[in-house]
Amino acid sequence: MSDTHAQTVAFVRDTMLPAAAPPIRESGAVRWLRENLFSGPVNSILTVLGLLILWFLVATFWDWFAHSVWNASSLTECREIISATWGPDARGACFAVIRERWNQYLFGFYPQHLYWRPTMTFGLLMVALAPVLFSASLTIRRVVLAITTLVTLWAMVVLGAPAGWLVFAAIVLATGLILSERNIAWMLPFSIVYPLLGVWFLWGGTLWGPIFVLVGPALGWVAWRLLSRVSPLVATVAAIVVTLIFWLVLAGDAARDAEGLLSLSIESVRSDRFGGFLLSLTIGVAGIALSLPLGIVLALARQSDMFLIKSLSVVFIEFIRGVPLITLLFVASLLLNYFLPPGTTFDIILRVIIMVTLFAAAYMAEVIRGGLAALPKGQYEAADALGLDYWKAQRLIVLPQALKISIPGIVSTFIGMFKDTTLVTFVGLYDPLKSMSDAVRANVEWKGIYWEPFIFVGGIFFLICFGMSRYSMYLERRLQRDHR
Amino acid sequence: MTDIGATATPPFRLSMLVNDRRYRSLTFQVIVFILVMAAAWWLIDNTIRNLALMGKSFDFGFLFQRAGYDISQTPIPYTADDTHLRASVVGLLNTLIVAVLGCIAATVLGVIVGVARLSRNWLFARLMTVFVEIFRNMPLLLWILIVYAVFTEILPPPNAFRGDEASAGMILFDNVALTNRYTALPTLAMTNDPGSLDLGARITFNWATIAFVVVLVGGWIVRRMIRAWAQDVQDRTGNRPVTWWKTLAVMTLPSLFLIWFFGLHLEAPSLQGFNFTGGLNVSNSLVALWLALTLYTAAFIAEIVRAGILAVSRGQSEAAFALGLRPNRTMSLVILPQALRVIIPPLISQYLNLTKNSSLAIAVGYMDLRGTLGGTTLNQTGRELEAIVLMMLTYLALSLIISAGMNVFNARVKLKER
Repeated sequence: MSDTHAQTVAFVRDTMLPAAAPPIRESGAVRWLRENLFSGPVNSILTVLGLLILWFLVATFWDWFAHSVWNASSLTECREIISATWGPDARGACFAVIRERWNQYLFGFYPQHLYWRPTMTFGLLMVALAPVLFSASLTIRRVVLAITTLVTLWAMVVLGAPAGWLVFAAIVLATGLILSERNIAWMLPFSIVYPLLGVWFLWGGTLWGPIFVLVGPALGWVAWRLLSRVSPLVATVAAIVVTLIFWLVLAGDAARDAEGLLSLSIESVRSDRFGGFLLSLTIGVAGIALSLPLGIVLALARQSDMFLIKSLSVVFIEFIRGVPLITLLFVASLLLNYFLPPGTTFDIILRVIIMVTLFAAAYMAEVIRGGLAALPKGQYEAADALGLDYWKAQRLIVLPQALKISIPGIVSTFIGMFKDTTLVTFVGLYDPLKSMSDAVRANVEWKGIYWEPFIFVGGIFFLICFGMSRYSMYLERRLQRDHR
Repeated sequence: MTDIGATATPPFRLSMLVNDRRYRSLTFQVIVFILVMAAAWWLIDNTIRNLALMGKSFDFGFLFQRAGYDISQTPIPYTADDTHLRASVVGLLNTLIVAVLGCIAATVLGVIVGVARLSRNWLFARLMTVFVEIFRNMPLLLWILIVYAVFTEILPPPNAFRGDEASAGMILFDNVALTNRYTALPTLAMTNDPGSLDLGARITFNWATIAFVVVLVGGWIVRRMIRAWAQDVQDRTGNRPVTWWKTLAVMTLPSLFLIWFFGLHLEAPSLQGFNFTGGLNVSNSLVALWLALTLYTAAFIAEIVRAGILAVSRGQSEAAFALGLRPNRTMSLVILPQALRVIIPPLISQYLNLTKNSSLAIAVGYMDLRGTLGGTTLNQTGRELEAIVLMMLTYLALSLIISAGMNVFNARVKLKER
């Protein structure tokens, strides 16, 4: 041991040399440029090409954007302002059309004095979504809800909402904010009744309708409780039958009678007054909310051991996926009259929502089936080994994992469906993209205006769809368990 | 040893239909079957009653009546005196034309963009990301309308090309003229026209086309035989004979001979009076629809390609380099076969989407299947039920054929698991 250092060491340096700066070529911006833009001949050519593309885009569009006019009452006036300010040859954007007609792009022909109602509906939508979408992070929830509260209340005041409704919205939004600090799950009951409330806010009419729609499942639940001692299967069937009978036979009359006793109605708005982003969002949100559960059911049916169930779902999914959405919308607008008892008519928006839902559900089913197939077989076997029955195994073990795997696919189906809501223009509804722009162009003042509405509408679509895809990335990261 | 199976058969009771797992699924299926049948009966009964109320019948006889409307783009001869059936076929062919052109262009553009997004060049990769995100996140209808508006609103009218001081000029060496009504393209012309093969129903194929198809298919087969021979030699001796010039010759020389033999050349369009003649005037609705479908679908294909290449782990290319394979061989022998396995299934569904999305032709007035059978024919005859059912079945058949064909291809490239 002691022999190791028997000879004395001649020299031991006890101070560190100061670190030398790297050569100029190997540091900072120069190195970054060299590595990322000019690492070789091909790379340099690509850089030059990219710069050329950028230059072309800027040179083409810069003037046009720089010369935008936001204050004018017609396209001619716009052009006069542009030529007066930037010379006779100048070209410029006339965003004044957005300033003048923003209400049509957002609300369609919805009565102007009722604009606050859709605004409130979509504000409350965020509250209803908070426990579902932002259940994990308090910070995100706080930011989203605070912004929603401020924007919704401000917009309602500006749009002239009555004081009573303003107080109502403020109470709901404030409750959402307070509960989100404590336990957001307490907001779930609101999320459950929200769809009915939303329909009532948008279309108006009597509140008794939504109330009695809710009474149906409530009665069904009572029936289930009473019969569940006898047999769970009988109880479930009875609950469904009771609900359906109540809805089909009693609910309509009951709502009418109750309305006669105590009027709880607000001004009703017909479906043909809907348009613009109000229409897109209504169809989109309803389609998203309905197509996910339907898609899950279809996917499970397709994986089922029962031959009939499996083949029915295969036929349905392949048929829907094999035809364009437009043809399904035509079925909704032209053929549904054939398939229903003579004399039945029902709302065109509802028909479109049904078709869009079926369409998205078929795609959703395939996405979820991919998730189910990607799950290791051991998971199914483990569920069986624990003695779970089919539904418990699906609910507790299979679906949570399968849905997590399929999040990107599910969200891109949502995005696709939201983009497809623009196709309702072909069955005579006023989507923001085509019908609304055509309607605006039909006026003498805005004849010949193309690009500005496209940019405005496209921009909003981009924000929503891009937001959805970013949310799906966030969700994937949040649910990442990394068991690979 | 006691026989377990012998003791475990209790007598059948009615409650077992609900409570026993062996019978429950059967019960459930019978109930569902009854419900489905009831629903189908209800729908059909309603339809029959509705048809009776409206005094209509359900028959496809209208397909053989005179159509009486014109179609701007007719791949097979068609006049207003032809039947609705022929008009529908013309529409179907127009759908196929835009779908095939769109699939080809979208694949090329999508692969380029997808690979460019993976490029180490920071600027170029970012530009491609912007392209993909912009096109993926806005509705296809928006792109169709924008491209169409660019064509109809910004491009010059044909007569702007007239005169010595024309305000507009042709592009691509005076071969293509972009106007606000149509795009004038050069057309293929022959000095020795061999005449046409008449298939009946006024459908003809030029013999030159047939000759080219035969020569190309034959060349393909010979090329495969040469490669099989080369493989065989390699298997026996270990040396692969050089084949590239043989396959190249087989693939190109006969075609070049045919081009010389028929005197095939491009005929550029030229302005006669107010319009371009001599070339092929493609309506802007087709060009705009094709371009918009291409750009939109290319963005999706780019993401698929990128994901496919990223799915091949780095170890694969490192292993290939370690074995001494050159980069291009690594790409073609190691990376691409594995990436294709990931790429092809979603690519098939993109092709299907493009085909179905081509029904948005309605926005630009392109007469595809929906424009003829589901549009003018439907409106003129008032037979919504028959026309829409037939149209949906046609689209369905088209989708099933495409996916079947692509699945065969997929089965050939996918990883052979043994």
